[in-house]
Amino acid sequence: MTDRVAEMSVKVPPLPVTGGTATDLVTPGRKGRGPLLLSRRDMVILALMAGIPAFIHIFFVWVPTILSVLLSFTSWNGIGGLDRIKVVGLKNYSDLVSIYQPFWPAVQHNLIWLGVFLLIATPIGMLFAVLLDKDLRGTRFYQSALYLPVVLSLAIVGFIAQLFYAPEQGLINNLLGTTGQNGQQLIDWLGNKSLNLWAVLVFASWRHIGYIMILYLAGLKGVDPTLREAAKVDGANEVQTFFRVVFPVMAPINIVILVITLIESLRAFDLVFIINKGLNGLELLSVLVTNNIIGEASRVGFGSAIAVVLLTISVGPIVLYLTRSQKGIGE
Amino acid sequence: MSAATMPGGVPLNRKGIRWRRVALHAFLLAAALVWLLPLVWALYTSLRPYSDTATHGYVSFTGVLNFDNYVRAWNDAELIRYFVNTIIIVVPAVILTLLLASMAAFTLARFSWRFNLAMLMLFTAGNLLPPQVIITPLFRMYLILPFPKPLSDNGLLYDQYVGIILIHVAFQLGFCTFVLANYMKTLPKELTEAAVVDGAHTFQIYWKVIMPLVRPPLAALAVLEFTWIYNDFFWALLLMRTGSKLPITSALNNLKGQFFVDNNLIAAGSVIVAIPTLIVFFAAQRQFISGLSLGSTKG
Repeated sequence: MTDRVAEMSVKVPPLPVTGGTATDLVTPGRKGRGPLLLSRRDMVILALMAGIPAFIHIFFVWVPTILSVLLSFTSWNGIGGLDRIKVVGLKNYSDLVSIYQPFWPAVQHNLIWLGVFLLIATPIGMLFAVLLDKDLRGTRFYQSALYLPVVLSLAIVGFIAQLFYAPEQGLINNLLGTTGQNGQQLIDWLGNKSLNLWAVLVFASWRHIGYIMILYLAGLKGVDPTLREAAKVDGANEVQTFFRVVFPVMAPINIVILVITLIESLRAFDLVFIINKGLNGLELLSVLVTNNIIGEASRVGFGSAIAVVLLTISVGPIVLYLTRSQKGIGE
Repeated sequence: MSAATMPGGVPLNRKGIRWRRVALHAFLLAAALVWLLPLVWALYTSLRPYSDTATHGYVSFTGVLNFDNYVRAWNDAELIRYFVNTIIIVVPAVILTLLLASMAAFTLARFSWRFNLAMLMLFTAGNLLPPQVIITPLFRMYLILPFPKPLSDNGLLYDQYVGIILIHVAFQLGFCTFVLANYMKTLPKELTEAAVVDGAHTFQIYWKVIMPLVRPPLAALAVLEFTWIYNDFFWALLLMRTGSKLPITSALNNLKGQFFVDNNLIAAGSVIVAIPTLIVFFAAQRQFISGLSLGSTKG
């Protein structure tokens, strides 16, 4: 990154060290003229301007991340002082995969969630973006309708889902005649273990598709129109143009979309928590973490071990995103 | 298909184009209606008296619509109190996030530091972490770490507005810094230089020269951050204990028991809570979209 910046700036000879950071500072680029020295007061101001946000971010996000990893090798119920923390090695992890019953179902549900997002919701969102990119009359209306769910809190989405799936009062059972009343058969969309995850995923996708649609549409608007015209002149039809010309050009956005899809599937929490606190068929890794810290039995070490599993899976998409954004930063 | 795109097509081909266009409109219109259905259904349910739906069922059209459920949800659930709580959290959180992120972005974008890249990467990676990764130790830190009295009435970060505000700020800083730094890099270098030559110090350059120029991304981020922080209910769920201090989204969940059998009331409550974000949606659509696009397409 910052090739251009680095090339234009000149390193300052080491100054009397004030706090370590001062020597790291390089002046703003002044091509062809001598280095512009910042006064010490300016450097202190700059150090504070970068240092305060960095401190808040590191202290509240990265310190707990590291503590999660460390605590995952310990046992602590949170009662009593920090001296009650006992190192137990890998015991939390071995308990997790062998004894703790909700673990494997949660892994499976996270994978299903990811599969539905990756193979169904994200491609639909991309398809909508491609169709809206044609700028038909009424595009604004279609676009607004599709991304409306994105501005809603997942708490509200959860409540709306219940208006659809409730056994007796829900829209779907009333339309299908499956309310369980008057001798009807009952479909318990949110209570039935083999149905509820899929029912929730419909509403999760409702929101995710709109999100992907906006992001992808923004990317499509940035594609050089002459590329499409050239493809048209060469006799390519629209489908060919998209897959052979537009999609490859969109590679950076495609990666962002992929990363967002992966991360959103790992973050999934709110909807299942609103619906039944993530039990009975709706277990997710994120819910298991919180279950171990709220409620009567607080198992700090064990909860941290689940968090580390979540962290380990997140590292892949995060690194993918960073390597891609690193290229872009210098632009 | 390829015939349709050939230049100088005969009327038959043009008919093909029009037919495809009609099909496309039909598809998009159907999709848009399906997308609106959940909200329309919530709105319809919320406007119907409970007695009406009890006798005729939810899938019925009796024509009786009124705001009784809204009045009941508003009064029974004391929604105003939770709205105030939300404002106490959202307003400082958005302002602090934008202020700190713009400062960090300014130092990263306008000056070349040895740790520029490391800091941007750390910010970006932190922003992508699932919040559940950090919640266990964070919960303990909030219970243990002392915090000065005027901002915290129990001397801790736990169960305090300031605790919720800080975690929002810490988490959102990454995204905002990233977007603002990318934007600031596009501003000409001469701007800063001219100000330096005129004897301005760095804070003046930041506040008087750069900040006025980054209003467009600031507006977009303000809209986006307002929506996100308003909508969040995870942090307050875990880091607040006192029920009367919860923000509106978390409170809504607690009130579910009260509304449990009454879908009309749940619908009314949901619509009330959705209204601020819907206003933002209609009033600041462009900022909302451009904010999201800035994060994904630049950098």
